[in-house]
Amino acid sequence: MASESSEVRLLGKWASPFSNRVDLALKLKGVPYKYSEEDLANKSEDLLKYNPVHKKVPVLVHNGNPLPESLVIVEYIDETWKNNPLLPQDPYERALARFWAKTLDDKILPAIWNACWSDEKGREKAVEEALEALEILQEALKEKRFFGGENIGLVDIAANFIGYWVAILQEIAGLELLTIEKFPKLYKWSQEFANHPVIKDGLPPRDELFAFFKASAKK
Amino acid sequence: MKSDVKLLGAWPSPYVLRVRIALNMKSVDYEFHEERFPDKSPLLLKSNPIHKKIPVLIHKDKPLSESLIIVQYVDDVWSSASPILPSDPYDRAMARFWADYIDQTLYPTMKSIRGAADQEGKNRLIEEVREGLALLEDVFKSSSKGKGFYGGDQIGLLDIALGCFLGWLRVVETVNGVKLLNQTNTPELLKWADRFCAHAAVKDVMPETGRLVEFSKTLPK
Repeated sequence: MASESSEVRLLGKWASPFSNRVDLALKLKGVPYKYSEEDLANKSEDLLKYNPVHKKVPVLVHNGNPLPESLVIVEYIDETWKNNPLLPQDPYERALARFWAKTLDDKILPAIWNACWSDEKGREKAVEEALEALEILQEALKEKRFFGGENIGLVDIAANFIGYWVAILQEIAGLELLTIEKFPKLYKWSQEFANHPVIKDGLPPRDELFAFFKASAKK
Repeated sequence: MKSDVKLLGAWPSPYVLRVRIALNMKSVDYEFHEERFPDKSPLLLKSNPIHKKIPVLIHKDKPLSESLIIVQYVDDVWSSASPILPSDPYDRAMARFWADYIDQTLYPTMKSIRGAADQEGKNRLIEEVREGLALLEDVFKSSSKGKGFYGGDQIGLLDIALGCFLGWLRVVETVNGVKLLNQTNTPELLKWADRFCAHAAVKDVMPETGRLVEFSKTLPK
């Protein structure tokens, strides 16, 4: 196992939930890695070299091999370091996990993001869509502690934005999206997620994240 | 005998084609239900309530949607024959990355050519598609390792992810009088395209370009 971890590097952005997904996956696996903070207004040569197609973070570099796209990276991490599996063994459950991770990126995250940054005109519709998206996600959770069952899995990691970022963004926007009254199960999951011993240490500090997005809101 | 594998789809859809190719590679018997658009069948709405889209695979009454997820599921379940995903984790990840690029960037650009406001707009989009195909030409050279497919000797995930669009690519070429795959810029892909379309798992399910051209005329811009 030592040789697998010989050189792991993550190019990321501390405030980005996508970048954070990779931090969380590496921490859950106990893989040591070097982290480089990227300034997206001033992209490093390394970033442009390692992700010429999209020029975005996160990018994982393992033994000199670069890999972009957070969910692709998380699956790669799961397949390379076999301890604490993030995906289920059963093929159907595995496919469902991938489905939910994709639905989070394609539908749920955009709906919440739009609601939090919407202007007066589009607000009502955007909020309605965001609430529908949260409803769908809560249904997927069923009675489980985590989306991954008893342990954190791919979908929990993919839903880090819901588990941590949404509370901050909705406060700044003056909206009530994920609340204990509206989504008791999902809210409870978000608390379990953010307080999980490994996850807790892997999330960016709340105050700094708040200040960062508040400053963006002013622009 | 009734099969416990059903596929909800439509003949022009490249995403549905991906699943058909995967099932064919594994020699799986399945029932194909052709959706008659714009109406969506009750079975489709029940099986994919969130996105309401095809393809949907129903295996032992359990539904799955999203073409690439279904293809990986097929590979997991019928694992003894014709592996679709590469065996090495990094190769697997790169195949997924490029499949994602095709879905997020390349195909949407190609689809938008038809609705472009003017010829200048069309030309710009056509150029973008060409650039994307040039990237995929480079990927082919490294991924195929001298063999005939992205997957090497056999069709793999990336072959399926890209190859399913060949019918529509040829429609764009026909309608716009351009060559997107050509000897100058994409010599390897040009040969690969013929190889792919002639493959046993593909040839009976790849829709005819002429038929797609007629179908495309019925679509709103």
